[in-house]
Amino acid sequence: MNPTFQLLPDQASTTARSVDHLSIYLVTVAIIFSTLIFSLILLFAIKYRRRSDHERTGDISEKVAFMLEMTWTIVPFGLMLVMFGWGASIFFEMSRPPDDAMNVYVVGKQWMWKTQHLGGQREINELHVPLGRSVKLTMTSEDVIHSFYVPAFRVKFDVLPGRYTTAWFKPTKPGRYHLFCAEYCGTLHSGMIGSIYVMEPAEYETWLAGGAGGESLAANGQKLFEYLACANCHRTDKPGRCPNLMGLFGKPVQLTTGEAVKADEAYIRESILNPGAKIVAGYQNIMPSFQGLVTEEDLLQLIEYIKALGAPAGQQGAPTEGAIPAGLERRGTTGGPAGGSANVERSKSGRRPEPEQKR
Amino acid sequence: MITAPTVQTPESYLTADYGVKSWLLTKDHKRIALLYLAVITFFFFLGGIFATIIRLELLTPNGDLVSPQTYNKLFSLHGIIMVFLFLIPSIPTTLGNFLVPLMIGCKDLAFPKLNLLSWYILVAGGLFVLYAMLVGGVDTGWTFYVPFSTSYANTYVILTAVGIFIIGFSSILTGLNFIVTIHRMRAPGLTWFRLPLFIWSIYATSVIQVLATPVLAVTLLLIAVERAFHFGIFDPALGGDPVLFQHLFWFYSHPAVYIMVLPGMGVISELIAAYSRKRVFGYRFVAFSSVAIAVLGFLAWGHHLFVSSMSVYAGMIFSLLSYLVAVPSAIKVFNWTATLYKGSVSYETPMLYAFGFIGLFTIGGLTGAFLAAMGFDAHVTDTYFVVAHFHYIMVGGTLMAYLGGMHYWWPKMTGRMYPEGWAKLSALVVFLGFNLTFFPQFILGYLGMPRRYQAYPDEFQVYHVLSTAGASVLAVGYLIPAIYFIWSLRYGAIAPANPWRAPGLEWQTTSPPPTENFDITPVVTHEAYDYSIREEMTVG
Repeated sequence: MNPTFQLLPDQASTTARSVDHLSIYLVTVAIIFSTLIFSLILLFAIKYRRRSDHERTGDISEKVAFMLEMTWTIVPFGLMLVMFGWGASIFFEMSRPPDDAMNVYVVGKQWMWKTQHLGGQREINELHVPLGRSVKLTMTSEDVIHSFYVPAFRVKFDVLPGRYTTAWFKPTKPGRYHLFCAEYCGTLHSGMIGSIYVMEPAEYETWLAGGAGGESLAANGQKLFEYLACANCHRTDKPGRCPNLMGLFGKPVQLTTGEAVKADEAYIRESILNPGAKIVAGYQNIMPSFQGLVTEEDLLQLIEYIKALGAPAGQQGAPTEGAIPAGLERRGTTGGPAGGSANVERSKSGRRPEPEQKR
Repeated sequence: MITAPTVQTPESYLTADYGVKSWLLTKDHKRIALLYLAVITFFFFLGGIFATIIRLELLTPNGDLVSPQTYNKLFSLHGIIMVFLFLIPSIPTTLGNFLVPLMIGCKDLAFPKLNLLSWYILVAGGLFVLYAMLVGGVDTGWTFYVPFSTSYANTYVILTAVGIFIIGFSSILTGLNFIVTIHRMRAPGLTWFRLPLFIWSIYATSVIQVLATPVLAVTLLLIAVERAFHFGIFDPALGGDPVLFQHLFWFYSHPAVYIMVLPGMGVISELIAAYSRKRVFGYRFVAFSSVAIAVLGFLAWGHHLFVSSMSVYAGMIFSLLSYLVAVPSAIKVFNWTATLYKGSVSYETPMLYAFGFIGLFTIGGLTGAFLAAMGFDAHVTDTYFVVAHFHYIMVGGTLMAYLGGMHYWWPKMTGRMYPEGWAKLSALVVFLGFNLTFFPQFILGYLGMPRRYQAYPDEFQVYHVLSTAGASVLAVGYLIPAIYFIWSLRYGAIAPANPWRAPGLEWQTTSPPPTENFDITPVVTHEAYDYSIREEMTVG
């Protein structure tokens, strides 16, 4: 998969195709302009080379000169407006994950990538995804700024501490592709690399089934929710001292300030780490901060649990991975034998599942 | 190199006084220019040594020459030294200092003591950076991105930041000095539209220096405060915003690109006019394009942040504004090309550098237009594509112009001619070496090689080998002029007052000029580049 010489990168996602088309336009414009300028310079330099020290120089009439100035102001600007519009529309696409995208969580830290599937499978410096399915990444960092970069997909987005960023791609070619950290992040920056495996959907299902022995993200989130005693105040059976979280995710929340905010990942994260920042109307600022008690990965699990809370079974956008029923069944698990066969599958393709990382 | 040139005119600025003190306490803009030349040449070769080690390390895919930490310090110091201690001061403080009063027909800059102070400030800042380097260096990159620089790096961040903070004042004061001088001290008859285009570009550059540099100073101060006292400004763990830093940093550092390249454009306008013996085509367009670049350059910083989690719509505005900045640069390139039309073109060394500049700047500018396209940028930002692009602008542009200008005005500065044969050879070597070094990096970047990587996947090696080979050629290309310039101080042919038969005021005084520049204050009756008039005036 990694030849010793390449002139162009693999084109392995829908985005890659559209970026490459734009590149063809850009390179064409560049070649036309540089050829024009270089040949004019060459032509003039030879044709008008100095033959005597006292020769007369000529000039262009005022009127023609003005026309020329206008031409080389307007034509390049027009061509650049096309670059602008084309580039902006591709970027706009890049920033809008399709609704049917499957969710994967990415946590960057010095100097590794941790990825988590909704089913609870965790990987380090690797990410397995199915062919032909849009994958939405929700990313955060435990320390400094990193950048998630898969050249074969032409996808790059910064991964920041303290906030969630997203990126998405739809793989179009099976194979193994480089994952790089593109934002300088310290001593072993160039060691913060990994692989993206694009697998045939069936192969991917088998991999998923045999992947992690643990439980789904949401199930882990529920355990944490109980372990941290969140349910003492956030009650679902009767009114508690804190808001009921059933069906919260994605809904607008009325605050004491009169504002309304959408309960998205960033809001939940902030409410856990810095509860006083936004107080829900009708409640007191009594919740302690969980800063330092929960890791970025714990937060993602809690978010998944809250997403799953009160999402009536099978009612969210059908293929969305977030649609974990309140029963919190682990997705794709069919028991031991499936796991066994998946292992065979993996060893055949030379991959090794990451050891389960239990805290 | 500044102690003992023998010159033909006894009362030249070089022979007006002797001894170390006469140099270190001089208020003569021409001597101060040479002081700057000595300092920035030192830093250029120091930064070059770091580049050499980087290129050697990258010959092989594994990090096997230096430790990862050392590698990070090398590219950080290469960037910091080349940007703040070479490129930004390069043309303004040497050629600018030397030529601004000569070109506008006055005796010195408006504030000669301030000019000397600016040099001492640069030296002090440089010493800070050198000290930081000697005690352990810095590994944040020249960009100092937070929270790495404020909460994670274990190197001498504050010390280095203080050094750059100090250097900034040198830049501000130099800009201020030029602005006042150009406004107040032009010779009688020298109206704005009779000014050489070099003066226009230095003026535009000075405006950026005065307005943008304080923002950098504030940003560096905030880094120091957060690092030392853990005030939550940028680090989200302390309640800060890391993207805020990037906005502040690029608010200076994008205009800084124009601080680096505008003076180069000014030099090229002079060279093209002199060696085609013609007025620069579209003088007003070229002059106003410098001002337009200075103004619009302030509005494009966000194109460094497309994938930094900035709003998509903000990104689109910055993308559009970036294309607006590109237009005046394109206008300049076309006007230079048109100047050659029906000219009387000769190929002395400075003109070869000017041709080289146009070629490399065109490629650098066009790839800059690529990068302003957001969808394209998302793929190649923080890769070698960007590295190649900005080296085409800063080295292919600024450095080619600087070298061209040094050759062109060397006779005026020293009273000696450089050896033409060697100079032409080295111009060719620099051009070829440069392209071999940096063109493969465009391909590397599109393939996905991230910048600031010490180790990399095997398939990238072939391009790195080409690049390192090119860098070796380039190093030779830079060493040859260093040698023959020094050689020429003693052995070069004695320069006449006006070796290029050019009409600029600087050529109407002796080479090298007397301390007072002109025996009689010149009166200007013609526009710049009026070669037909000069023809009648200077024969004989």
